[in-house]
Amino acid sequence: MPVIKFIEFDGTEHEVDADTGMTLMEVAMKYDVPGIDADCGGGAVCGTCHCFVENSTGPLPDVDPQEESMLGLRPDREGNSRLSCQIHVSDSIGDMTVKLPEFQM
Amino acid sequence: MGEDLSGSSLADIDVSDPRRFECDTWQPLFARLRQESPVHYQAESPAGPFWSITRFNDVVDVEKNTEIFSSEPTIAIIDPPPERRSQMFIAMDQPQHDVQRRAVQPVVAPKNLREFEALIRKRSGEALDALPEGKTFDWVELVSRNLTTQMLATLFDFPWEMRHKLSEWSDAVTSDERMTAGKGLKMEERLEVIMEILEVFTRLWHERIGDGVESFDLIRLLQRDPNTANMVGDPTNYIGNLMLLIVGGNDTTRNSMSGGVHFLHDNPDQFERVKNDRSLIPSMVCEIIRYQTPLSHMRRTVTRDFEFRGQKMKAGDKVILWYCSANRDESAIPNADQFLIDRESVRNHASFGFGIHRCMGNRLAEMQLRVVWEEALKRFSDIKLMSPPTRLCHNFVRGYSSMPVQVTRYQ
Repeated sequence: MPVIKFIEFDGTEHEVDADTGMTLMEVAMKYDVPGIDADCGGGAVCGTCHCFVENSTGPLPDVDPQEESMLGLRPDREGNSRLSCQIHVSDSIGDMTVKLPEFQM
Repeated sequence: MGEDLSGSSLADIDVSDPRRFECDTWQPLFARLRQESPVHYQAESPAGPFWSITRFNDVVDVEKNTEIFSSEPTIAIIDPPPERRSQMFIAMDQPQHDVQRRAVQPVVAPKNLREFEALIRKRSGEALDALPEGKTFDWVELVSRNLTTQMLATLFDFPWEMRHKLSEWSDAVTSDERMTAGKGLKMEERLEVIMEILEVFTRLWHERIGDGVESFDLIRLLQRDPNTANMVGDPTNYIGNLMLLIVGGNDTTRNSMSGGVHFLHDNPDQFERVKNDRSLIPSMVCEIIRYQTPLSHMRRTVTRDFEFRGQKMKAGDKVILWYCSANRDESAIPNADQFLIDRESVRNHASFGFGIHRCMGNRLAEMQLRVVWEEALKRFSDIKLMSPPTRLCHNFVRGYSSMPVQVTRYQ
């Protein structure tokens, strides 16, 4: 089981064992990690599950055009910005450290 | 318009008829469309032919496919004549949309929102404290319109004494006789208002250029961004975005603020629950926005011949995304016809739209509604609807012209 460390904007850490197949967004919701709103429920059409993937054991899937469109409108976008609904936990990605933004919009 | 449509062929019914929204009898028709003809072709209407998209997931899919379903030239069901077309970023595709939206987006960034919250709380408290007791008054006028007009004036840093102009303009620019069963303004009257808005805002623009004021109001944000710094020189684009921001920042929140009173009145069990547990307010706000769906639809235009859910659409066809119907789609939202303030996945509704055009002010709108309800439930043990509200005869703006209410204060 990959270990995901979520770090809230205020520094609070949540380390959880994540089921493979779930998205990062679903993992955060399952363990009540605050800071992810996920208004659209996982369709990459709202941008309110934005996060910053600080590191991962293996490579992440590429950002597809839909995810890129939504990330492009985030004023706080960084190089490691992702929509957490678009990353499925897997053995090949492995453990991840994920920072959460100050706000979702 | 308490009509019985059960025997009629869908081909004979104008689904965009504004009177059905005025009488609040639109639900059975849209339920039937979702069931029988979810991607429905309307051959004739005052707005010409159009497709109706009525299921939640289909609305999402159309909004994602911006290459086929363009937001240009307009997101309105009616086509303005080409020489009257204004350019607003909601009616632009990428990349131009992103450039203009990014310029004004900081107005709803968290730094601003934090400052706004204290201001909104103070204003809400004052408006609610001033309400008469034991006397029927209009919630639309004294609460919803009053507060959202104040907010809009702040967003534009608009001259305070003139702020009532903003809500008058907001009403006027969405009031087109072709979307209101003839009850709205004629095109010439509407144009007069638009010219007045342009005149006032052009003056404000010039007064503010280089004044060095560190303000995050919408005009100075446009001036500060290199991509929009000369927008005043392109009046079609300037007026377009002004109308968008005036309507977007006003009508929608105003009507949800009124809608909440109505829904709580109709659902006394839900009202009791939130009175007893105010931590339910944020969730209730999302539910109010879903249930109200303050804008019934958006329009897209097909860019090339395309088959969608087995229907052959042609380049140039209008496609109407009925958010009000998506929000009542049982396959996406269980018990969608019920108003449930703590429903699961309460944020997952269609009222803000989806994709790159998703409502920019959604978090500000939610905050305004949350604060009003926090302040109202502190003060009032009851908010009683005295007679049915009057709804707008409009197929785009879903709102109220009056909401006769009495309040009872805690002793």
